Amino acid sequence: MASTGHGTYTDDEHLVASVAGVVERVNRLICVRPLNTRYNGEIGDVVIGRITEVQQKRWKVDTESRLDSVLLLSSVNLPGGELRRRSAEDELAMRDYLKEGDLISAEVQSIFSDGALSLHTRSLRYGKLGQGVLVKVSPSLILRSKTHFHHLASGASIILGNNGLVWLQPANSAVEAGGFVTDLEPVPISEREVISRLRNCVIILAHHRLALSDTSVTYCYEASMAHEIKDITKPEISEEILLETRQRLLEQRG
Amino acid sequence: MAGVELLSDQGYRVDGRRASELRRVQCRLGVLGQADGSALLQLGNTRALAVVSGPHEIRGSKSKALHDRAVVNCQYSMATFSTAERKRRPHGDRKSIEMSLHLRQTFETAILTQLFPRSQIDIFVQILKSDGGNYCVCVNAATMALVDAGIPLQDYVCACSVGFVDETPLVDVCYAEEAAGGPVMAVALLPRSEQVAFLSLDSRLHEDHLSGVMKAATVACRDLHAVLSRIVKETLQEATAGE
Repeated sequence: MASTGHGTYTDDEHLVASVAGVVERVNRLICVRPLNTRYNGEIGDVVIGRITEVQQKRWKVDTESRLDSVLLLSSVNLPGGELRRRSAEDELAMRDYLKEGDLISAEVQSIFSDGALSLHTRSLRYGKLGQGVLVKVSPSLILRSKTHFHHLASGASIILGNNGLVWLQPANSAVEAGGFVTDLEPVPISEREVISRLRNCVIILAHHRLALSDTSVTYCYEASMAHEIKDITKPEISEEILLETRQRLLEQRG
Repeated sequence: MAGVELLSDQGYRVDGRRASELRRVQCRLGVLGQADGSALLQLGNTRALAVVSGPHEIRGSKSKALHDRAVVNCQYSMATFSTAERKRRPHGDRKSIEMSLHLRQTFETAILTQLFPRSQIDIFVQILKSDGGNYCVCVNAATMALVDAGIPLQDYVCACSVGFVDETPLVDVCYAEEAAGGPVMAVALLPRSEQVAFLSLDSRLHEDHLSGVMKAATVACRDLHAVLSRIVKETLQEATAGE
């Protein structure tokens, strides 16, 4: 007797799939994993989200999940020491830290019973995002790894959010700031070109359903150097770039 | 019937089909990249585009949220160029609102909404070319879009319209047959369990004929199910071929 996993249900003692996808078995547990779904959060995931609402003691964050996530005032680092007590003034000043429309990077702290995620930014890596480019891909393409923050050799840094949002920014914009202040200095054109090229690389990788990691993005970036930035997304050129990328990924795996 | 013979003595209909013959089904999944799920489905000359987004946080007033299941929000519209005479309002007229309501009823039974409390699933369907059986094409297109979005369904929802002429049920009526004014029944079926998700009947049909018409509709829906599930399997195999 098989037990019902995700994507299945029982009907008159028959196990029936409720989604179209790939069957996965773990002993007697049978799951069906659909190819496209919205993001299913897990504790420890790095996510990128957009503030949709400022409430009392918490922000609501759109993380492309099934419900808006929650960022509690008590799970952010406020300026002036980590162990500061949160006062009524802090609640009133919440909109000064993060307001509607701001992009943040955060980590999933816990999951509520209805599936909503609770986030935290209690590390200097997380916090408000300043100048950069956001790319949306399918969450299934992001490989889980030890770190999702990468400084690329090309002189840009990338955040691969587990929820399928990828953030590209100039390397020296210092994610380490982690705070609520963003650097609004104009970004030099050379760095913008690097970021635009990376953006196009991420787009073609995602379009051909190649998993995104710092290695695959770097290889794709290097393979794209022979072409102009605006040509990368053209079908025949992207095929060529991806062929080279795939080859190098295979070689690397051995 | 004035002039038009809907069923010839040889048993052929105006477009050359037999009484129990469906029109050709063509369907493509995932036609729009930025939506969670989308499908373009064509049944004969009727073509519909369905787009699904969700499950996501309730948009608009929060009071709509249900604590134990998801809200299903449907919108039906007809492109201004979909009919022979140009339409003034693509959506929002009485007929579209009724159709949206019908779609919502249909899909609330089929989607496993209890898995997504406090969230919302949007289904937008637009008729791009109209040649009879609009409701049924919308239901089939929306089912395919839901499958593409990976939303758990109890079963495929297959819908088919059946007319009744000369004591014979005509399966999957086209515009000419619909406009002739005879009875037309639209049935949406969950084929595996043969549960009826939706049923409507325009104009009068004698009780004695009801079971015959229902039977023809059931068979047609099962045929459609076979076609749709084949298309889904082919699409999946193509997508997973590289893995």
